[in-house]
Amino acid sequence: MEHMIWNPTMECMPRDQLRALQDDRLKDVVRRVYESVPFYRDKMQKLGLTPKDIHGVADIELLPFTEKQDLRDHYPYGMFAVPQSEIVRIHASSGTTGKPTVVGYTSGDIDRWAEMMARSMYCANIGKNDIVQVAYGYGLFTGGLGAHYGAERVGASVIPISGGNTTRQLMLIQDFGSTALCCTPSYALNLAEALQAEGITETKLKSGIFGAEPWTEAMREKIEEMLHIDAINIYGLSEVMGPGVSVECMCKQGMHIWEDHFLPEIIGENKESLPFGERGDLAFTTLTKHGMPLLRYRTHDLCTLTDEPCACGRTHVRMGRVMGRTDDMLIIRGVNVFPSQVEHALLQVEGIVPQYQIVVERQGTLDTMEVQVELSPEFMSDTVRDMEALERRIVNSIAAHALVHATVKLCQPGAIPRSEGKAKRVIDKRML
Amino acid sequence: MYVKQISVFIENTPGRLADFTKVLEDAGIDLVSLSIADTTNFGILRGIVADPEKARETLAQHGYTVKVTDVLAVCVPDRPGGLAGILEKLAEKNIALEYLYSFVRKAGDHALIIVRVDQPEEAVRVLTDAGIKLLSQDEVRAL
Repeated sequence: MEHMIWNPTMECMPRDQLRALQDDRLKDVVRRVYESVPFYRDKMQKLGLTPKDIHGVADIELLPFTEKQDLRDHYPYGMFAVPQSEIVRIHASSGTTGKPTVVGYTSGDIDRWAEMMARSMYCANIGKNDIVQVAYGYGLFTGGLGAHYGAERVGASVIPISGGNTTRQLMLIQDFGSTALCCTPSYALNLAEALQAEGITETKLKSGIFGAEPWTEAMREKIEEMLHIDAINIYGLSEVMGPGVSVECMCKQGMHIWEDHFLPEIIGENKESLPFGERGDLAFTTLTKHGMPLLRYRTHDLCTLTDEPCACGRTHVRMGRVMGRTDDMLIIRGVNVFPSQVEHALLQVEGIVPQYQIVVERQGTLDTMEVQVELSPEFMSDTVRDMEALERRIVNSIAAHALVHATVKLCQPGAIPRSEGKAKRVIDKRML
Repeated sequence: MYVKQISVFIENTPGRLADFTKVLEDAGIDLVSLSIADTTNFGILRGIVADPEKARETLAQHGYTVKVTDVLAVCVPDRPGGLAGILEKLAEKNIALEYLYSFVRKAGDHALIIVRVDQPEEAVRVLTDAGIKLLSQDEVRAL
């Protein structure tokens, strides 16, 4: 198989050279955050560290971790390492309670992101002869614009349709002759089924880049079979950059992490950096980001890394599929949802947190989230109108705080099962 | 001149209503009037009982969410047009009905309805002025 490679010099760099490059870039980012981000300077000073103590990747374990909570504590711009005048783009993902997690990009960051997404497009055999339908959401979410810039960079024709409106998506797939699709895997399956329902068997689609939520090999097979395409897994998170932190090549044997820009680690239960092959919590140090560089950012995604050579010729390490989370985060239709956000939303409506339970299911191809809430006596009304208004207020509050649509089901007190007095907050019935 | 109504949240799953009525049976509570407003997921059971406070306590002890609301128990001439005459009086004064349901028992030759309106005081005045009888809590208890 002929593999398209966007930047062979970097992507196929011998690993010893790559390591030397990482050594230099790590020293540089440590110096930058020490000088410009009080959070990191304080942390390093408490550890008795100065940038001089970091000689390269071998010293990575000396450096402090960064947690999502740290980003929240410095909301909105406290983690930025450059003045606002240098920031050209702001994205945000939903935070753990109420406030979003904010990221800022310099023009250099945007350029590097486009480069990495261009590499990702080539990984999926998408180039200038392709028509790329970007059905990720555009907006604060990084998916849409991330894919957009990468597809433009390789010279493809980009259709920035954004997410949703399935009927319109189908029309453009047919009329515009889209050859590649970028969206969440569950939405790809949804589109595939919609095409089938319309009796459309022939499209020009040949590749898809799917990510922003966990999926399985079984889903890949189904998408590939139904759409007659290669379905490529992509990974990213806005805190670190957005989509394109890692991506599969056509070998479909794990996602190459762009190691000239990110230093990945697998962190064990005792916070030690584990060797390749072992399973643990994935962490990233951003080597080239200027707007909001992060040291050892804990993704809380469980996976493994391998540096075994890949048939495509790229030398960058590959990460396996994300096998789960080391925290309680849920991914619903591409949106990160924490139970604490739901709790916060309920608090906003009721003034106290009632007993509640989140039930996640996959109905057909799309995730659904139902929040069951035990009815507090003070919200009991004798009219249906008031009760339905209460349900709507809760739905709206969850949408506002967790950026996800949930259905709300009021329950009788005691209806939510408790074990040792504590209700189980999340029932995830999806088979992932 | 109000009557106390209990409203109980009932989940829309099989057996819930049966559980509820069993609690009333065990406590010796007699429902003298009953209506259920239903939605997809839940129902609101509204009822008139002889002793609403006892009913509320008993049901709360059994985990039910209960609300006690003031409603009107209106005597309606038991003939065609009897109800129309009463509703016209309320409509003339722009008093909106929240809901209405009928009583199981009669008061003499009159039918009884339970009415919840948006302006209870005004409704009592209008109906009393029109010579329409409203039952008191004691009268309901004696039914």
